[in-house]
Amino acid sequence: MALVETSGLGGITTAHSGYWSGVARRLVRDPVTMICLTILVLLILSAIFAPWLGLADPHKGSMIARLKPIGTEGHLLGTDEQGRDMLARLIYGGRLTLFIGLMPVVLAFFIGSVLGIIAGYAGGLTNTIIMRTVDVFFAFPSVLLAIAISGALGAGIVNSLVSLTIVFIPPITRVAEAVTSGVRALDYIDAARASGAKALTVIRVHVIGNVLSPIFVYATSLTSVCMILAAGLSFLGIGVRPPEPEWGLMLNTLRSAIYVDPWLSALPGLMIFVTSLCLNLLSDGVRSAMNVRD
Amino acid sequence: MSATETVTLPGSLADKGGPAQALLIVKDLRKYFPVRGGIFGRRQAMVQAVDGVSFSVEKGETLGIVGESGCGKSTTARLLIGLTEKDAGEIIFDGQGLGGELSPRELRRGVQMVFQDSYASLNPRLTIEDSIAFGARVQGLDDPVGRAHRLMARVGLDPTRFAQRYPHELSGGQRQRINIARALAMSPRLVILDEAVSALDKSVEAQVLNLLVDLRGEFGLTYIFISHDLNVVRYISDRILVMYLGEVVEVGPVDAIWSAQAHPYTRSLFSAMPSMDPDNRTKTPPLSGDPPNPIDPPEGCRFHTRCRFADSVCKTRAPKLLEMPQTPGHLAACHLHDPASGHPKAGTEVMG
Amino acid sequence: MTEKLVDIRNLTVRFKGARTVYAINDLSLSLKQGETLALLGESGSGKSVTLKTLLRLLPPRRSEIEGEIRVNGTDVQALSGKALQSYRGGEVSMVFQDPGLALDPVYTVGAQIAEAVMRHKGLRKEEAISTAFDMLQRVHIPSPERRLRNYPHELSGGMRQRVMIALALACRPRLLLADEPTTALDATVQIQILLLLRDLQREFGMGVIFVTHDIGVAVEVSERIAVMYAGRIVEEGTTHEIINDPRHPYTRGLLAANLHDIARGERLNAIPGAPPALEEPPSGCSFAPRCPMAGPVCRAGVPDFVNLGPRRRVACLRVDPVPAE
Repeated sequence: MALVETSGLGGITTAHSGYWSGVARRLVRDPVTMICLTILVLLILSAIFAPWLGLADPHKGSMIARLKPIGTEGHLLGTDEQGRDMLARLIYGGRLTLFIGLMPVVLAFFIGSVLGIIAGYAGGLTNTIIMRTVDVFFAFPSVLLAIAISGALGAGIVNSLVSLTIVFIPPITRVAEAVTSGVRALDYIDAARASGAKALTVIRVHVIGNVLSPIFVYATSLTSVCMILAAGLSFLGIGVRPPEPEWGLMLNTLRSAIYVDPWLSALPGLMIFVTSLCLNLLSDGVRSAMNVRD
Repeated sequence: MSATETVTLPGSLADKGGPAQALLIVKDLRKYFPVRGGIFGRRQAMVQAVDGVSFSVEKGETLGIVGESGCGKSTTARLLIGLTEKDAGEIIFDGQGLGGELSPRELRRGVQMVFQDSYASLNPRLTIEDSIAFGARVQGLDDPVGRAHRLMARVGLDPTRFAQRYPHELSGGQRQRINIARALAMSPRLVILDEAVSALDKSVEAQVLNLLVDLRGEFGLTYIFISHDLNVVRYISDRILVMYLGEVVEVGPVDAIWSAQAHPYTRSLFSAMPSMDPDNRTKTPPLSGDPPNPIDPPEGCRFHTRCRFADSVCKTRAPKLLEMPQTPGHLAACHLHDPASGHPKAGTEVMG
Repeated sequence: MTEKLVDIRNLTVRFKGARTVYAINDLSLSLKQGETLALLGESGSGKSVTLKTLLRLLPPRRSEIEGEIRVNGTDVQALSGKALQSYRGGEVSMVFQDPGLALDPVYTVGAQIAEAVMRHKGLRKEEAISTAFDMLQRVHIPSPERRLRNYPHELSGGMRQRVMIALALACRPRLLLADEPTTALDATVQIQILLLLRDLQREFGMGVIFVTHDIGVAVEVSERIAVMYAGRIVEEGTTHEIINDPRHPYTRGLLAANLHDIARGERLNAIPGAPPALEEPPSGCSFAPRCPMAGPVCRAGVPDFVNLGPRRRVACLRVDPVPAE
């Protein structure tokens, strides 16, 4: 039962405020989400401004200063198996890792939303064609699919982007389709159609605003998976090629040093772990902030 | 309510056929929905939602449509406004046939609809003003916002206070007023009200009914009023049309039907109304069981499975909609009223 | 055994959350053994909350309940564990508006009724199934032996509501709570269910509290009517008294809004405005803002009941002690 039916008698309703300002207000009040957001913002800023932070050259190695432990003079986080500064590599590595970890979801969000909204709104044959095609990709586990596509395309940044985008289009399309068909069945869509509006106008004015936020929330929950997949591809040698700093690749090359200095070789893994955890918690926070209806 | 000298909404379609031309004529309207099932989504059966429905609505009159769930009244409404594609039949609006002289787009200028669920029929992300103005913008009518504000004021909601609000900030009654304003913003000549007051509380329902009566007089509107509440239908309608399992079983002036229901189903529907008299409560239910499923409806007269007067002829032959000899304009589809039907009790006053 | 089957005294229910809702405000109500009372009111009047409080169905964390509720002498608020379980379903049972949601879709209707009987009456399986069969017969379900093996989704709406009633009555409760049980049904089915409930009440001799927003339905099933508005009872009396001699302006407005004998096209004497939002406790008569007779005195304090006769009361300061014409 709806506990409150807002009265119209004296117009006693809460002062009108926009939906997004309400979302922002609830987000700010959530400490966990705010901590995660701060960490992510720091990571992204440091990755962007890496060249101006006065770091060592991430590509410059030294045969004598290999695998220095954490806390070494001049190398705060030690050096890797070729004597390159770990701190610099981790921060520079954030550039590529975050880029190929986030970009595919952004691309898949746009492509998947378009496909899903079309399928959900049009229904019938259009829906069948789009959704059955999507289902074919869905039949494979996402890790296998990413490895298979990357393997076929070959290593490289662009190929990683393409394969990961393809991996994330089907789940986003599915969610977009489900949400859109739900909205499509509501009377306000019928009312809009009955006013003689073209399908594109109805979608633009009445559908997009009501489906985009659930799709967006779902997409944010995929970013951590994408981060891990991207790092995984590099780790397997079918993603970013050496000597580019990238966390997954660094994890791979430091693998053999695990017996020499386990802490050092765990650092890239720790970065991946912290970033994906923050992305996950942030996405949960955004979801609950957007769900509240008052 | 004469249709000739009333003020119409600004920008509404011009009267084409003159006052004698019925505003809407529906002939043999039919819509079957396939029921799909199985792995390949093959067609398993057909829901005969609307099967051969014909009626007309005069200019300025209100036609009430009553019937139980599955009788096809809402499907009829959706067919009339073009939300569902018809399988067969003709829809003639002011003398112009849909699909011929009249395009679906023009029809939508002429016909608008108000839905039952006041919340679901408003986009939660649009302000009230934008919701009302949307149709007028789409149709390129002048000054959509001004139009929205004038109509808001007309349905009793101060535009300075409500224009920028969102649907969830309003009560059910206020939202339904907004839905009415939204329909009127398109300057329609026919408004279909599909259970438009059914979800409202009784005290609010009366306010909205008063508003609908006022608007009808003020703008010379024609209504098709769909409801399950016979009291409400009687209050607002000039004529009543009774549907059962996709067919029209009886149609006629309100007073004629109220005083003497010709079809046994209509009679049962009236007897099923609560009595409102504690000293004289209903003793026996007029019908037993639920209305049958519109998938594979019974042969012959569709009501024969529940009818007290059913005879062998009712199981095989579908009755025609015939005019009652005593009351012109009052039609019923029952073998009891057709002396040539072969029903043993045809022509006698069995229903009492 | 006491004479009063239900005795509610000064019940107040508040819901806590983002904002507080004063759902029930100082409600007192009694029901004798074997009596049928209709709680009549619109959405938000607190009629369903009253029923849920009686069955202890309100979420305990979010609701604050004050006052005393006794059913057959038992303090309902004090029940817990086993005692609460046997109270629910044994002593008191409920029929809901939507039987499609209240029945379990994965069990046959026979299994559901039999399970309830076994749990509450301790019968063996065969006995329980024969009780289920007997109950389906009593609610006039055709070919009951076949229906026992049906799942809820295989039945029509009216049939499901009959099963719901059979399930509710299988353990012979002393009190039946019915929450708008016919609102979702078609008119010709609604009247069948109403008459069935009336007959079963007489047969089983149980007390019934029937929540509805429809006066016509209340007249068909109940001996007494209590009209609720904004979490309070505003008028109570026999059905005859309420229908033929309503005293509270709200009751009068509701009766007029039923359109039972309004001439066609005549302007309706509608109650203006909408019910209050219940966000603060009432400081005066809650109906005053919509009432044509209201004066400053009505807004000054919550009106006490005026007793017009035995078990006939109305909470209105403007009520005239003599019957209107």
